[in-house]
Formats: sequence, C-alpha cells, structure tokens
Amino acid sequence: MSELKKADLLKAYRTMREIRDFEERVHKEFATGKIPGFVHLYAGEEAVATGVCMHLNDDDRITSTHRGHGHCIAKGVDSIGMMAEIYGKKTGSCCGKGGSMHIADLEKGMLGANGIVGAGGPLGCGAALAAKFKGKGGVAVVFFGDGASNQGTILESMNLANIWNLPVIFLAENNGYAESTGVKYNVPTPNIADRAAGFGMPGVTVDGNDFFAVYEAAGEAIKRAREGGGPTLLECKTNRFFGHFEGDAMTYKAPGEVKRQREECDCLKIFAAKVTSAGLVTAAELEAIDKEVAALIDEAVEKALAAPTPTEADLLTDVYVSY
Amino acid sequence: MSRKISFKDAINEALSQEMERDGSVIVMGLDNAGGRGTDGQLDAWGGVLGVTKGLYGKYGDRVIDTPISESSYIGAAVGAAACGMRPVVEMMFSDFFGVCFDQMMNQAAKFRYMFGGKAVTPVTMRTCYGGGFRAAAQHSQVLYSVFSHIPGLKVVVPSTPHDAKGLLTQCIRDNDPVIFMEHKVLYAMKGEVPEESYAIPFGKANVVREGKDVTVVAIGWMVHKALQAAQSLSKAGVECEVIDPRTVSPLDYDTIIKSVEKTGRLVIVDESNPRCSMASDISSVVAQNAFKALKGSIQMVTAPHTPSPFSGALEDLYLPSPAKIEAAVKATM
Repeated sequence: MSELKKADLLKAYRTMREIRDFEERVHKEFATGKIPGFVHLYAGEEAVATGVCMHLNDDDRITSTHRGHGHCIAKGVDSIGMMAEIYGKKTGSCCGKGGSMHIADLEKGMLGANGIVGAGGPLGCGAALAAKFKGKGGVAVVFFGDGASNQGTILESMNLANIWNLPVIFLAENNGYAESTGVKYNVPTPNIADRAAGFGMPGVTVDGNDFFAVYEAAGEAIKRAREGGGPTLLECKTNRFFGHFEGDAMTYKAPGEVKRQREECDCLKIFAAKVTSAGLVTAAELEAIDKEVAALIDEAVEKALAAPTPTEADLLTDVYVSY
Repeated sequence: MSRKISFKDAINEALSQEMERDGSVIVMGLDNAGGRGTDGQLDAWGGVLGVTKGLYGKYGDRVIDTPISESSYIGAAVGAAACGMRPVVEMMFSDFFGVCFDQMMNQAAKFRYMFGGKAVTPVTMRTCYGGGFRAAAQHSQVLYSVFSHIPGLKVVVPSTPHDAKGLLTQCIRDNDPVIFMEHKVLYAMKGEVPEESYAIPFGKANVVREGKDVTVVAIGWMVHKALQAAQSLSKAGVECEVIDPRTVSPLDYDTIIKSVEKTGRLVIVDESNPRCSMASDISSVVAQNAFKALKGSIQMVTAPHTPSPFSGALEDLYLPSPAKIEAAVKATM
C-alpha cells in the first residue's frame, strides 16, 4: 500500500467506483426494458480489473470476456461511449454494432469484450507476439473466468505462451460460478492457478476482493513479462453480485449469499476502510469521487437515451476494409 | 522465353518477396521451418509439403513453428494481425479448420463489424485442400463454400502458378482476413511466373478461354478439367467459354452474368459438395439476374453429398471429371 501515491489510490478508487456505478445503473436501466440484448455485469469484481490495468498503458493490450464492462473502464474506455453502445446507439463505442458483449477500443489497447468463452486466450497470445516483435516491452493480459479455465483455447494458449516466451498474463477471474455451475464441480484442483505448473509457468492465487493483493501480484507478473521473463497465470478469487446475465434469478446461490458478500467482501468497502484507516485518504475525498462518478453515469445514461440509433445506411458498412 | 516455376515455388516466392518488402510479415504454422527442438537439422521441412522451405534461412525468427494446437496459433495470428502484424498462418489441411473455426468465424471475420469499423485484421490463412491424393475424408474436403458464407472473410482459390503468386501477394497486402486455398494436386504444376513482385486484385475473374456456345465456370483444379472438356467439345463444334473466378469471396458475378448473356448456357464445375455450394450460389445468382438469357437449364458438376472416399475406385467417381463436364455441357443444349 505504501508504494502507491495518494493520486494512485484516488485513481484506483475512482476506477472501481466508476465500474460499480456503471454496472448498478445498467442493472437498473435493464429492468426498464430499454436496454436490448444480453448483458452480463461485473459488479463485485472491480478490484481485479482495476488492480491489473493500473499497471498497463495504451500500448499494452487486454482481451476480455462476455462480462467485459469492468475491463473496458479499467483500460480507459469512455463510459459515455460504452453506455451508448449498450443502448445500441450510433454514438456508442462500436457505433451500436457490437453491444455489451463486443465493446472494444483498439486505441486504448482493449481488444474487445468477447461473446465466446475462452476466445481471448489465443488473441492475447497474438497481441503479446506482436508486442514481442515490436520490442518495446509491451504486454498482453488475457482476462478469463473459472468457466473459461476449462476451454481448450485457454489451455492451448498457456502452452503456446510459455514455449514462445510471450509477455502475456493469464488472469483468471474466479467468481465461483460458470453461469450457474459452481467451480467446485468444474475445476478439480483447489486453485485454477495450480494448472500453471503443467505449463511450466508461475501460478499465483490471490484474494481478488483486495485491490492491493491484486495490484501487487499483477505488478510482479507484468514486470516479469515486460523484462522477457514470460507468462504468468494469476488467479483472483472474487464474487459477482449479479446473475450470470441480467434476468437470472440466481436460484443456484445460497439464500443470503450475495447479501453477505456485499457486506463482507465488497472490494470498494474493503479498499475505503484500508486507505482511510491508514490515513492515506480521507472519507471526504472518496465522497467527492462518488459524486463526480454519479454525475458521469447520469450523463452517460442521459446521452445514451438521447442519442440517435444507427440508420439503414449503417447496416452494410464496416464488414470489410475493401470488398 | 518466360521463366516457368511450380505452383509451390510461386507461393514460396510471394512469401519471400513480401517478407523482404515488409518487416511486419511473419510466417507461422506447423513445421514451417521444421526440426526445432531436435538434435537434427533445422529448416528440415518447410511445412509438411515444403511450401515454406528456405524462408527460415532468410528471415530467421519471423518464421515461427507452432505446436499442433490450431485454435491457439490461428487465434494468435488473428490477434497479432489486430495489433499491427501481417501474419501468414498455415493450416496444413483445410479440413483442420474445424478445430479452430471460432477464431476464423467469430473473431477474425467479425472484428471489423462488431467494433464499428475500427478494427483492421490483415491475416492470411494459407491452406491446402481438395481431392486426388486418396487422402480420405478428413484430408480432402473442399470448404471454400463454407468460408465464403461468412461475411468478413475473403476466400481466394488460385488455379495457376501465376495467379498463386499474384493473389497471395494481394492477400498479404490486403487489410482484411483472407483464406488462401492451395489445391494439393496443383503444387507440382509449372507455369510462367514473372520474377518481379506483382499483386492480382480480388474479385476479377479470368476468362481463360473464350467461346460462344456455353459458359463454364470452374474453380481451382477444376479449371484444368474444364479446359480439357472444352478442347474435346471444340472438336465436336461446341465452343465453351471457361471462366476462372480466382476469388470466390468476393466473386466476380458480373463477368459470369455477362458471359451467360452471350452464350445463354451455364455449367458450373465445383469440387465441393453440392448443397449450399459455390455451384449452387452461382446458379442462383445467374437465375435471378439473367433468367431471360438462358436457353437451357443450368448444370452443376460437383462432388456428391458424401464425405470424400478413400479408395481410388471411389474417389475417381466422386470427383468431377472432363467426361462429366462434357455431359453437363451437352445437357444444357
């Protein structure tokens, strides 16, 4: 905690708060019926995306998942464009052609949320390969869930990354559930990170609700990758507060489970308690961020609602660069 | 006298010239150099059929051998392409695309559209395909019709060494994902190929033979079978116009329609299975756009709706032949 400057602590809190408010608001707005399609929310997991992406710059790449809003915000994608995208508007990050599951911002190094579980593994290896040829210390981070940990693409990619010594971090976000199926059913080892040994790379498991634990472990893995030390599998154990998708009644969760997690394992509460009790940041400073973020999310929703939808002319464009 | 080289060497030359020209071009695939991790010779194979032989000696680590895990290395090529490289990745046999179809269909093909036109993914996926080698059902299928069905992919099917070099050069310079299909029977075929680098634009069919009576559209290896049939029919007084589309996505429908408007008759020779095939596609587009010009029913010469058989006795029956093409031409009259 001590190595982080006050500005970094405030930035970390702001990012986590922005993700949380974005997701809580999308949850609320989805219930009004104005948001089309499938939406998967990241609330509860904010410390993971934030603790990792704090180490990255725009030249570093990440690949994401269907639950990608948090990765986008942490990587610097504009919330206003994201909200418009989720509403299917022309002003969205992807002009309304991608939606929640495909938000991307290549200039920010965000290679896309992805509707295919595990698909980011190979793509992240490719991004890392490109970074290796570029030779400027760039890295790639592959975010994937406990469900995706069983996809061949992820396992193949871990092998590929190690034999090619790629600057890539496999970031397992273990929220305990592959859709409705518990990780205890799907993963036979205590930790997903145990699998790293099979690919000859370091495997580390940390408390994903503790921003500082994530920040430190990710920092070490990213530094190693930048210096040519190859890939790492980093597992962050965390919780998702909402269902697999919006509309999921979560009958597979124990009664009171989410309530308890919100009370005891909320990464924002844990972070705020740590930094204020250590006297690094005041409660008033955090409240000021809360207000600023709340206004931003209000603005994002207002702009999204007012934005134009794509037109017929947009239907046929952007399939090819030339055809 | 122009220089003659093989289809295989023409591909190798295109790769080499493009690697020389542009440092972001990398070559990836199984055994593309070969011999890595052994105590024996490096650059042992140059790919299982020797197409990339010698590139390792010239370009070193830009020739990357891959483990046999198609999803990861095809996907890595796609990811590297989205991050500024121009990878040419080899799929040993096109049937194996089944292993990694997601990275082609859901990733490479859809990035540009899903991301609102902001992604550029200049990846070339080379693969060998087709029958004639008694290679059986999992090493012989002709899948360009399947790939052409997918918006966002381009599909190139050269029939000569000259076109192979020029079209592959265009694939590498092109900014969209392209599948470059190399018929295994054609690798040894020799033809005139300029030494200097050149690119052939996509979507421009080649009228290989002019004729007034029947339009015959043929793809890849089938172009040569169609020419054999056309020669034989010419002796009987029937003049075929043989059209090689060269790329099947984009496809030069205009040249085909224009020819049918002249001849009034159409035969399509397509080595793929007949359902939802390039043959049925061309047939439908011509029927929709040049119906009044047709003097007889359109004929398709394709493989049957079965997997590729192993036994030579069966494979010879399975593949389109000059005799079948001649019969189809006569059926239009």
